[in-house]
Amino acid sequence: MTKKIKNLNLNFGPQHPAAHGVLRLILELDGEVVEKADPHIGLLHRGTEKLIENKTYMQAVPYFDRLDYVAPMNQEHAFALAIEKILKIDVPIRAQYIRVMFCEIGRILSHILNVTTQALDVGALTPSLWGFEERETLMTFYERASGSRLHANYFRAGGVHQDLPAGLENDIAKFCETFPKIINDLENLLTDNRIFKQRNVDIGVVTKDDALDYSFSGVMIRGSGIPWDLRKSQPYDCYDQLEFKIPVGKNGDCYDRYLCRIEEMKESISIIKQCLARMEKGPIKTFDGKISPPSKAEIKQSMEALIHHFKLFTEGYRVPKDEIYTAVEAPKGEFGVYLISDGSSKPYKCKIRAPGFSHLQSMDYLIKGHMLADVPAVLGSLDIVFGEVDR
Amino acid sequence: MNNLIDLEKKINSELTTKINKTLIKHNQIYVEIDKEDLIDVVLFLKTNKDIKFRQLIDITVVDFPEETQRFKIVYLFLSHEFNHRMILSYSINENELISSLTSVFPSANWMEREVFDMYGVNFKDHPDLRRILTDYGFEGHPLRKDFPLTGHTEVRYSEEKKKVVNEPVKLEQNYRNFDYESPWEGTNYIKEISEANDKKN
Repeated sequence: MTKKIKNLNLNFGPQHPAAHGVLRLILELDGEVVEKADPHIGLLHRGTEKLIENKTYMQAVPYFDRLDYVAPMNQEHAFALAIEKILKIDVPIRAQYIRVMFCEIGRILSHILNVTTQALDVGALTPSLWGFEERETLMTFYERASGSRLHANYFRAGGVHQDLPAGLENDIAKFCETFPKIINDLENLLTDNRIFKQRNVDIGVVTKDDALDYSFSGVMIRGSGIPWDLRKSQPYDCYDQLEFKIPVGKNGDCYDRYLCRIEEMKESISIIKQCLARMEKGPIKTFDGKISPPSKAEIKQSMEALIHHFKLFTEGYRVPKDEIYTAVEAPKGEFGVYLISDGSSKPYKCKIRAPGFSHLQSMDYLIKGHMLADVPAVLGSLDIVFGEVDR
Repeated sequence: MNNLIDLEKKINSELTTKINKTLIKHNQIYVEIDKEDLIDVVLFLKTNKDIKFRQLIDITVVDFPEETQRFKIVYLFLSHEFNHRMILSYSINENELISSLTSVFPSANWMEREVFDMYGVNFKDHPDLRRILTDYGFEGHPLRKDFPLTGHTEVRYSEEKKKVVNEPVKLEQNYRNFDYESPWEGTNYIKEISEANDKKN
């Protein structure tokens, strides 16, 4: 006698600690094996692109902080680069070093969060307690430079908003000395940990071809053995003058992606050190008064500066008619801005390409045939942040 | 094809009539095609061994309500092998049906769902064309230029009905769009001026 067994539909989220935000995942289970996964996203949709179309270029910057809120400045970077390319303005070298340094700080912020929460998802609590202490230190660096721990609004077309406050460079240098020990401690807890390996090795394997077909980027593509990093292959700002390595995985599973992230943090520390060593005093934004606002002292002295200030904060600067796509290597992958300007002071169209969007899309492909308990492990290694997926 | 100019020549010579226009700008190649040739062109770009645009980065639409062909559909491609980026585009009318790329690139699935959600452009042969970013039961297509910034409905929890309700937007003050733009010509940037001076000298 045969008995017909119906598959079970399970609703995972939208409020679930392992969903990394507001993800509603509808799983079709055959016993404990996942047959199909259908992610429902958009619960954090705020209409960023529509809002940007209605703001001047300078007013649009803070929206980028709110996309991937774990590494805010990396997003601002893409937008600033897009405008700079259209306006054809050069960024002073000190500003380039500051931007690259803060992007690498952002990368560490994001990777600490991801590595430790991935460990949390598979049952290890300690790494997140240790890691978050370091994130706190890094966020104070953000705060000292920009005035805000998360929503920095620090990068501008043509440079950065303000110079670094006195003493910050020394403190970042000190952090670079102490942080490698923390990475080692995290590695001692996780890398050879039996449980961590059992939960991650051979889980969510991505082949090279599939990584390309599913539009993967960042650690997701490097974990599968494709040496592709925009910082090396299409360098922006001063990345071409810095020395760093691109860690590449071999098997394309969750464990390799974890290893890639750990190695990338070490490389980021080396990049920050190089930036600090090469940084010299100098201007931090372009001198073009039509783009970057004058200093407060200047406004009190010069009529022209006052007019510039007034025009920049009412009308904003105008960007000539053009169409461009610029991408940066954000911690999660290729973050791109497709910008269409129409000669006015507001973007006509600003499409944001978020890496997490295409990564999450492949959830069904990644999880098919795995156990239910592997869902959080795979989700953790995808490095999803809903701010950028939902926009 | 290590160089964009060679790539442009190659595309023009191999696809001849299917290409309407090519342009190299900002170290990227911009290609315009016809709606009907999409699948052929993309398959060629993906498989040709000298081109290899193996990755679809994104699909998006630009809305030009004043023009006869309202929507410009834009595809962004990346070739890892040769390190090139391509922006492929074509224009369509408002209610035209366009072919889906899901058979060539599985990642096109959500990107096309997003385009459908945001602009109301329909795809034929798409396996699962549902809304993706907006709420369940949402009406309208938010990124169209004629969709108001404040939207049409607002959502709240009603204490009397004990459920979430949608109501027309009521604002104490409407969204104000100040026109600060000066009627005079835009500014000349330092670089343009210095370039012009260089030419004079």
